[in-house]
Amino acid sequence: MNEQQPQPAPSWEPRIVAFFCNWCTYTAADLAGVSRLRHAPNARIIRVMCSGRVDPQFILEAFARGADGVLLGGCHPGDCHYMEGNYKTLRRMELLKRMLAQFGIEEQRFRLEWISASEGERVKTVINEMTEQLRTLGPLALPRRFADWDKELEPLAHALASTEEAAHA
Amino acid sequence: MPEKPKVGFYWCASCGGCEESVVDLAEQILDVVAAVDIVFWPVAMDFKKSDVEAMPDNAMAAVFINGAIRTTEQEEMARLLRKKSAVVVAYGSCAHLGGIPGLANLVTRQEILSFVYGDAPSNQNAEHIQPQRTIGTNGAAVHLPAFHETVRTLDQVISVDYYLPGCPPTPKLLADAVTALLSGTLPPKGSVLAPDTALCDECPRKESKPNDLVLEAFHRPHQKEVDRDLCLLAQGIVCLGPATRSGCGALCVDGNMACTGCFGPTSHVRDQGAKILSAVASGMAARESDAIKVALEGIPDPAGSFYRYSVPASLLRKRIDH
Repeated sequence: MNEQQPQPAPSWEPRIVAFFCNWCTYTAADLAGVSRLRHAPNARIIRVMCSGRVDPQFILEAFARGADGVLLGGCHPGDCHYMEGNYKTLRRMELLKRMLAQFGIEEQRFRLEWISASEGERVKTVINEMTEQLRTLGPLALPRRFADWDKELEPLAHALASTEEAAHA
Repeated sequence: MPEKPKVGFYWCASCGGCEESVVDLAEQILDVVAAVDIVFWPVAMDFKKSDVEAMPDNAMAAVFINGAIRTTEQEEMARLLRKKSAVVVAYGSCAHLGGIPGLANLVTRQEILSFVYGDAPSNQNAEHIQPQRTIGTNGAAVHLPAFHETVRTLDQVISVDYYLPGCPPTPKLLADAVTALLSGTLPPKGSVLAPDTALCDECPRKESKPNDLVLEAFHRPHQKEVDRDLCLLAQGIVCLGPATRSGCGALCVDGNMACTGCFGPTSHVRDQGAKILSAVASGMAARESDAIKVALEGIPDPAGSFYRYSVPASLLRKRIDH
């Protein structure tokens, strides 16, 4: 039996959690701002010191708490402020992508991008592209799915509660 | 003589190894039996559900429940035992984290039923007959418990006071827990009754773990002659030690096998699989995307390897069925 797919509400907008490294991608997003580049307002940007600081747990938690997509931005290979951080990120995220696929999370929902401090235009392009891809995919809606999965526990919980009430009456 | 505290044992979705581990107390079990009254233990003694129902609420001092929750029968018994026991201990990996039965959350209920009652090569069931909730036989109706869509940890169904980790928990941990219970020296509710450090901390090969791993490739245990003295991760064997709670005495490593993570994470980690993924991946030598992909072919099943005992307890809980 296929579970019911969450239907987007008419007002639904894709929600992207974007982890941007302080030295490159966040600065690029700042540049996009001061350059008055318009891009989709769907990304909530979280500044981290390095893309290597982004524990894979953060990405899973973003999905579990309702993100439709997660975007991770760091410095180009060779440019990491901390020398090795983005290489570690690349390795972790290659492995994480494989694991997300096993959990049925579409690959477009997680994206890793190298964006240097001068590439404000690239921030705009990536956020716009990802927003459109997520709009096509529809909501991931994990919190709602978790609640749906747990509905199968309700019959017994209700039955026991009413037996309880009857016993006290 | 004052009445001895009453305890119970029960199993849900599990293999029976946890029940064995109680017997593994060996002669120490005599001390346990001397100190407590076992009032419910279906695998070993003849008690019925009605015996439990007849008990007043909180009649038992503690009940040790092993196994994950997959059927309405297990769910109902868990709820009943919660009512009848002052303390509920999730006993073993399946009750604690979902365990091996929890891997079933990576496939759907329907896929399981179709395979087990249809496509499995050992099957002789040409009509693909599947179990029904109610069947009539000889003029009587027989009811079967419902098979849930999702495998759950015990604490996703009832509130749990303590966790005894392991597949199965070691006799020492059980003996320590019973001692703490009897002497009233249990830690705060919600505690896992094992040390809160990573397995590497008690690993006999700890000294050989390099500060920086430089892994060229990953090997599964049958693909390589494993050095008995060297850190397993340093040999390219995926060992969950860095992301797993200690307390087992590094039994698997002692047997020259990598840790598979049955004790679950320490209290500092929310998601064991994500954490070991991070540790293993960052220890790779490759720096280019293509080389990384080649090396990762040595880990063909990341979810199964990193969440071997903890899919239901993970942040994502199960595969999304599109």
